[in-house]
Amino acid sequence: MARYGIVVDIEKCTGCHSCFLACKDEYVGNDYLPNSVAQPESGHKWIQLKEVERGTGTKIKVDYIPMLCQHCEKMPCGVSAPEGAVYRRKDGIVIINSEKAKGCKKIVNACPYGVVYWNEEKNVPQKCTLCAHMLDQGEKTVRCAESCPTGALVFGDLDDPNSPVSKLLSEKGDRAESYKPELGAEPVTKYIGLPKPFIVGEVLLADKAKECVKGAKVTLRDGVETVAEIATDFFGDFEFKDLKKNSDYTLTAEYPGYFPAEMNVKTYASVNVGEIVLKAK
Amino acid sequence: MAEQVFTNMTNGGPISVYVKDGKIVRIRPLQVPEDELKPWVINAGGKTYSPPKTFRLAPPGHAERNRFEPYNRILYPLKRVDFDPKGERNPQNRGKSDYVRISWEEALDIVSGEMKRLLDAYGGSAITGMTSSHHNWGIVGYKMGPFSRFMNMLNYTPILDNPDSWEGWHWGATHTYGFQWRLGMPEQFDLLEDALKNTEMIVFWSNDPDTTRGTYSGQESAIWRVWLKEKGIKTVFIDPFFNYTAAAMDGTWLPPRPGSDTALAMAIAYVWITEGRYDKEYVADKTIGFEEFKDYILGISDNGIAKTPEWAEEKSGIPARKIIALAREWASKRTCLSSGCRGGQGSACRTAYGTEWARMMVLLQAMQGLGKPGISIWGTTMGAPADSNTWFPGYAEPRGQMGKSPVAKNKLSLQNKTKQRLFRLTLPEAILTGKEDFWGDGFCGQTLDQQFVHNLYPMEGHSTVKMFYRYGGSFMGTMSDTNKWVNMYQSDKLEFVVTQDCWYGSETKFADIILPACTNLERNDLGEWAACGGYTTNAHIGNNYRVIVREKKCVEPLGESKSDYEILTLLAERLGMKELYTEGNSEDDWARLFFESSDIVKDISWEEFNEKGYYIVPIPDNYKPTPAMRWYYEGRECDTPDTGNSKRGTEKAKELGTYSGKIEFAAESLRQNLPDDTERPIVPHFIPSWEGYKSEVHKKYPLQIIMPHPRFSFHTHYDTHTPWINEIPFHRVEKDGYYWWPVRINPEDAKARNVSGGDIVELYNDRGSVLCIAQVTERVPVGVIHSYGCSAKYDPLVPGKPGATDKAGCVNLLTASKLLSKHAPGMTPNSCLCELRKWEA
Repeated sequence: MARYGIVVDIEKCTGCHSCFLACKDEYVGNDYLPNSVAQPESGHKWIQLKEVERGTGTKIKVDYIPMLCQHCEKMPCGVSAPEGAVYRRKDGIVIINSEKAKGCKKIVNACPYGVVYWNEEKNVPQKCTLCAHMLDQGEKTVRCAESCPTGALVFGDLDDPNSPVSKLLSEKGDRAESYKPELGAEPVTKYIGLPKPFIVGEVLLADKAKECVKGAKVTLRDGVETVAEIATDFFGDFEFKDLKKNSDYTLTAEYPGYFPAEMNVKTYASVNVGEIVLKAK
Repeated sequence: MAEQVFTNMTNGGPISVYVKDGKIVRIRPLQVPEDELKPWVINAGGKTYSPPKTFRLAPPGHAERNRFEPYNRILYPLKRVDFDPKGERNPQNRGKSDYVRISWEEALDIVSGEMKRLLDAYGGSAITGMTSSHHNWGIVGYKMGPFSRFMNMLNYTPILDNPDSWEGWHWGATHTYGFQWRLGMPEQFDLLEDALKNTEMIVFWSNDPDTTRGTYSGQESAIWRVWLKEKGIKTVFIDPFFNYTAAAMDGTWLPPRPGSDTALAMAIAYVWITEGRYDKEYVADKTIGFEEFKDYILGISDNGIAKTPEWAEEKSGIPARKIIALAREWASKRTCLSSGCRGGQGSACRTAYGTEWARMMVLLQAMQGLGKPGISIWGTTMGAPADSNTWFPGYAEPRGQMGKSPVAKNKLSLQNKTKQRLFRLTLPEAILTGKEDFWGDGFCGQTLDQQFVHNLYPMEGHSTVKMFYRYGGSFMGTMSDTNKWVNMYQSDKLEFVVTQDCWYGSETKFADIILPACTNLERNDLGEWAACGGYTTNAHIGNNYRVIVREKKCVEPLGESKSDYEILTLLAERLGMKELYTEGNSEDDWARLFFESSDIVKDISWEEFNEKGYYIVPIPDNYKPTPAMRWYYEGRECDTPDTGNSKRGTEKAKELGTYSGKIEFAAESLRQNLPDDTERPIVPHFIPSWEGYKSEVHKKYPLQIIMPHPRFSFHTHYDTHTPWINEIPFHRVEKDGYYWWPVRINPEDAKARNVSGGDIVELYNDRGSVLCIAQVTERVPVGVIHSYGCSAKYDPLVPGKPGATDKAGCVNLLTASKLLSKHAPGMTPNSCLCELRKWEA
């Protein structure tokens, strides 16, 4: 028996919204009972892209996080649902039964990810079914993954080492993580490259302010531990990625013949420290 | 009834249409068994690259079902309530009055009656008409086929298109490196392999390929940029907007002030010249006029103004040190210059004097040896390996048009007796004043000299135009200074206006009669993915596979809508021209004739093509890449499949399309024809915009607005007609039940105006007023706002009143009519200043 899942490689997502539109095409106006009644014309976003903009000035990053049903192991949406209204299929897909969940708005509110929607007209909660009806007919893919132009959204059998999703995990699996694991729902859906704080800036030399400084040494420390040591690029820019949130870091910039500069940076968010000007010895 | 699956095509890719009980239930990318696809393989840097065995549609292609639905479709023939062709016509009420449903009989009688009246009284030149572009796909039913055939049969006055997406390249770059047969955009053959093998850095300059996608190629090239990113190729993005590709590739962002790109480019040339960092041998052998150019850059001419990085910093806001660093890195690495879409477009070319920027793009790469391995002008959207020897007609080439093709007995599009022409950008002025003059032949794709033709309207012996046949109708959101279109429509000089379209567009309700056309999901046709032909020869190289589709009627036309060919045939019948127009051919007869004229008849029969619905042109086993411009660099004859190249296969095959056959730092075509032009001089100049940073207008209206091509729609198409796309919160934003058009503004500018994200704001200047919803973001710098110039909807607070505030986001109401320069008649929407304030209704 297959065990289906989705892994999202955020580093490849361009924010094109093809997944959002393909999902609507499959479900708006189309019943696939008992998995889902037709999605309403508007308002539902069974998959939607959260835009995350970080940084300031010219040193910013913009990422897109596709949010869809996480098909959680713990199924928090089903905790207080009527018997059989929310269940996990043998292939791992979490389904809200359109008949048995009728009238149960609690299922919408119980989802910690906000990806269950209420169908006002049909009086029923709804969400991504991982295109279970297509898989049941022998299809190998689901609409969102089929539409993705870069392979950012990958679907497949997690137990089949040759499936696209297993291949992605074997390549980048050490970086795969749950979105908001602190919610305790144990999602099956995994993400690679979830946005984390970064620290960026530029090193300048006081007496040569008209030139960019390539190769200045910039070190980032977390207490006494060195997190990373990098050299500025040809624009004089440096960048430390994938840092811990709300942490205290010490940043040091050095260049031969100049006094080093040191500063403390706290990652409440991503930080552009701006220009660090080193004075000649 | 069992589900049926039909094949069809959109401007964003091929589709499979699933139909049940006469209703379209879903649409997927064309479903082709994997074993029928033979992907190409590129070996580079010890890795192999090969595309997935699927087709990657443009985002809106996934919403084709929703666009087809009757939400915003024109379903019945309509007449303006206060229009009486035999009595009061009330042209002043166009845009104000309601419509009443009429029968096809009545509608066709009125339209053909007006045609007869005008033909008898004034001749064909009194009738004009024009199309919008790209709303459907196909050869038999699309704009350049039946419409052109019909209108030319009447000897109408054509309206010439301006090359609206690549103005500066067309009117500028052509004088630098030719490619007039590609309207100024460079050839792109095999540049993917070249980049993967040889390129070390890519400078994206006014280019957002994840948004513009090589025009019709869907998102086929998106995976190429993933490969380039994973390969670790350094990327730099020069764009006032931190665009979607910059976000995806995580490149370094340099945002110049709009209109300053030319200055920035000149400062890079300054660094190269003063530091000797350019290919002197290439410049000596393959270019002319460098000394004249050098004198201008160094300030030996131009009153001693040297184009130093500090000089450019003042214009652009980019620190001089960054300009120097970029220039040095560019020269020390094999650098690809990636400018606009297919390599020759971008917002910067739709700016005051945008010719000069496009010329500079070519000249910068010429200084680095354009055509050397890894050194190209490449949009990153085209240049996949493909069989380009198998010919299949595209709608934009003569052999793909039913009025010109050898398959037609009567080549009606070639027989128009009227020599008078109008020009799209100045059409309102021509109508309103009754006279107009303009430079060039619109798309000047035959010779450089076409640009130097001076046209007068009305032409001697011709009538002014009195009837406007509008096919499509989207210009309120896309052309410039569009309040003038309201004035034009309300003029009594237009005695009759008819619109034929599938959807209600921004101009539809200015017509006297509205005719409902059906989409290509409701009729038979055929077409190749992305390959429009004509001046974009072999555009299939933007795709990973060549896909030719039999476009099949999936369902009956909605309402009383009819195919374009049927509508025009019915009109021809009333004019006594049916046989002349149709030659007895049905739409399917034409489709078969075009199919049989193509090269694929040797590979697949009409019956099989018709049955199967598609043909994938395989790539030859012995495929040999011919990278763009490599032949020029190596001094060989042109070996690329650039079939529009008029020197190819002649004794001049080693030359470019310029007068000298070389890259021209000093343009001989300009020297010989317009030697005294100070706005498009012989050597490119930096000329500050009349409406730019620190111009006189800037004191009153301090925000520079840029309006690039849109991310989620295609021009105006799919916007508004497609509610699903309206739900993408970066396309439109719902507030109080209305879907507003976003404007992006920097936090500092927002704060100064007490504006928060989600506020409805008014953008205004002396020309117009538009409401948008504010999105506060660091993606635009201080002093610049961003809003796509592509709203399909025009919704003025006071209907039919020129200058009325528009709710629907037609930001082109704000732009100026002023053209690129005196002799370069391109549009300039990115040279626009305005102010923004919170809207208090």
